[in-house]
Amino acid sequence: MASQKQVSRINRQTWHFTEDVRLQASAVAVGPKEGEGPLAAYFDKIHDDMYAGQQTWEDAERQLLEDAITTLLQKAGITGQDVDLILAGDLLNQNITTNFTAEKLAIPLLGMYGACSTSMLTLANAAALVNAGYANKAIAACSSHNATAERQYRYPTEYGGQKPPSAQWTVTGAGAGLVGIGGKGPRITYATIGKVMDMGIKDPFDMGSAMAPAAVSTFLAHFQDTGRTPDFYDLIVTGDLASVGYPITKELLLQEGYDMDQVYNDCGLMVYTPDQDVFAGGSGCASSAVVTYGYMLDQLNRGLLKKVLVCATGALLSPVSYQQGNSIPCIAHAVALEGDI
Amino acid sequence: MATKTKSKPIGASMQMTKQLYQQQAAKFQPKRNVLLNSLRAFWVGGTICLLGQALQNMYIYFFGFTEKTASNPTVATLIFISVLLTGLGVYDNIGQYAGAGSAVPVTGFANSIASAAIEHRSEGLVLGVGGNMFKLAGSVIVFGVVAAFIAGILKSVMNMIF
Repeated sequence: MASQKQVSRINRQTWHFTEDVRLQASAVAVGPKEGEGPLAAYFDKIHDDMYAGQQTWEDAERQLLEDAITTLLQKAGITGQDVDLILAGDLLNQNITTNFTAEKLAIPLLGMYGACSTSMLTLANAAALVNAGYANKAIAACSSHNATAERQYRYPTEYGGQKPPSAQWTVTGAGAGLVGIGGKGPRITYATIGKVMDMGIKDPFDMGSAMAPAAVSTFLAHFQDTGRTPDFYDLIVTGDLASVGYPITKELLLQEGYDMDQVYNDCGLMVYTPDQDVFAGGSGCASSAVVTYGYMLDQLNRGLLKKVLVCATGALLSPVSYQQGNSIPCIAHAVALEGDI
Repeated sequence: MATKTKSKPIGASMQMTKQLYQQQAAKFQPKRNVLLNSLRAFWVGGTICLLGQALQNMYIYFFGFTEKTASNPTVATLIFISVLLTGLGVYDNIGQYAGAGSAVPVTGFANSIASAAIEHRSEGLVLGVGGNMFKLAGSVIVFGVVAAFIAGILKSVMNMIF
């Protein structure tokens, strides 16, 4: 239970949720490749077809998001009428996956864009709105699809251009979490909102290097604001830094005096096995979403993990910005989840 | 490079210069294996060219083409194979393996057009397929024509002078 009149604003970047805000339920829908990955057992719905039974990739992504949210409602034993708000986002222009899906569900929507940091951007905001009483129950959700992201950011899916080993594989999937007061599920205790960081990396096939400073910045703010150290958590993950950004983040934090070695992992490295031909690892909004709402929530609910910190990292570039020679601005948002305390 | 001098409390690394960061990050960035890539490009590209030569010989010996006229059906056949492999979802895997080996020959050009056409089919035949087919190949055509134009002018000028 929350004690009385605690501070909600810890510092400029860090929020403390003073009420008993919980992640009451979650659900995940993924595509075939993720279903062959090591976390398959934690996913609620696995499509064995990239089209998810639809005609276009874009429709397929909407289907995934809809699957995640409807499964979430089923698991929580509620209907859309019981939910005040969806906070969601995706990677496509004008957030079309989110907007079209929310129309079907007929739940009020706050569409958000934070590139691949959207999973924690929406969760932090959902927790804040629930904590403040603007919503009784809110859903935080996001999606990405490998083929729609390729079209959005890169080349046609069947184009035979060679990608460098630092490239990443966009996760096909969607994750949704139900935020409410009380009940079951881990508490959402803190959120640290990131600043946009740009260390001059220009290579859109090396997002890990571009995003690592944003993750480091958010981690440092979180640790300083909360007074916690990495060993306070059982598991700390970043969203999609993969095999390039992950060691950079670890190294930079070590230089700052934070040894992450024992507790730190990256969702982009967890969602696939190295033999799945995913270059440096997974990326996309769904990378952190499917790992958090699938694997981590399961572990938290079973008591195998007690305290986790999820730092979702996003590269805020557009095809226009990088073609015009701009470097890649990045952001990271962190949310702390704590099992029954 | 300019230093990152945004105020803010947090640690030294975030005051780190962009240059210093890029040096640090470079330690963790995987290097492309240029030698291996070159070898793969060589054998796959070479095999495609060998196939082209075999096709050309076939058209000459069995269909009565001359060495000059045989190039048209040869290129058409290679393009057909490339487009077929693109449609079957195989060519991009070859491209990832072979790099320039499958990008430089005419098959790579065909792949860039076919892949864009397939990709944008869902946006309609006119604005989707028609408008986007040359998205990748367009610059090859544009600069090919420009280069040919310049080469043509140079040749004409040379002929006039000498």
